[in-house]
Amino acid sequence: MTNYQVHVTIENKPGISDPEGKTILNDLVMKGTHKNISQIKTAKMLKFSIDETDKETAQSKIKEICDELRIYNPMVSVVKIDVFDV
Amino acid sequence: MNVGVVVFPGSNCDRDMYHVLSDVFNLNAQYCWHDKPLPENLDAVVLPGGFSYGDRLRAGVIAANSPIIQDVKKIAEKGLPILGVCNGFQILVESGLLPGVLLKNDSLNFMCEWTNLIVENNKTPFTNQFELNQKIPIPIANGEGRYYVDDDTLKTLEEKNQIVFKYDKVVNGSLNQIAGVCNEDGNVVGMMPHPERAVESEINPQDNEPSSLIFESLLKKAGIEN
Repeated sequence: MTNYQVHVTIENKPGISDPEGKTILNDLVMKGTHKNISQIKTAKMLKFSIDETDKETAQSKIKEICDELRIYNPMVSVVKIDVFDV
Repeated sequence: MNVGVVVFPGSNCDRDMYHVLSDVFNLNAQYCWHDKPLPENLDAVVLPGGFSYGDRLRAGVIAANSPIIQDVKKIAEKGLPILGVCNGFQILVESGLLPGVLLKNDSLNFMCEWTNLIVENNKTPFTNQFELNQKIPIPIANGEGRYYVDDDTLKTLEEKNQIVFKYDKVVNGSLNQIAGVCNEDGNVVGMMPHPERAVESEINPQDNEPSSLIFESLLKKAGIEN
């Protein structure tokens, strides 16, 4: 078994409004000199440490957990799962 | 009539709800702690408001995985009346008992104010004493109360008369001003506003009668004259 770091990024699907991202853009970034920024989207990241035989299994296992326990709400969110060697 | 009030770590409207059920409407209310099985003598269940598990991850999602929710699902299938208020509504959607999701309010603020609801479905066990389109002055108190469903689900909700309450104006960005919905059978109802804070004239600066009809509907459903 090898220990892997798995990053689960939960973000809104396209089209689902993200008022927090908009506020950061409009009321913080755009108020400075960064006029070339057009969008900011917020997301939540969970970092899992998992012992698994290989990267692929680690990824599929974490995806299974996310689906089973509704770590993300499939109506509004998508998850991206990245596996890293420790 | 035995009504269970489900209590999670972080529930904070459980006592208000218990008080209203037992002292105002003379029902036999009982607290049901989340890690115990639901008592078998219950005729209805209320999931009160609060911040179960501190709203960690997403409001309601951790409570939705509690053992007691499995029991709530079983009695929901039997057709018993189940009401989720505020965090209780969030738990019902996260457990799949009700469709949709409750997102952060558009303003990103915790909103604590009086609103007006419009009754859109008066066939549920919690709305059978209302006229259609009747107005209910009632307070909200939430940070994640913006109801959302995708287009297909919205169509189904409309076709099957599952939209129970709407706000009378834009309040927090909820899709079509939806404030409460029910399941297909109508026995499971979720709403963001707090009827338990509105049924007594002492704490309601407007009209407490309409909110009372939510509980009187439950009495009517049980065949009890109050």
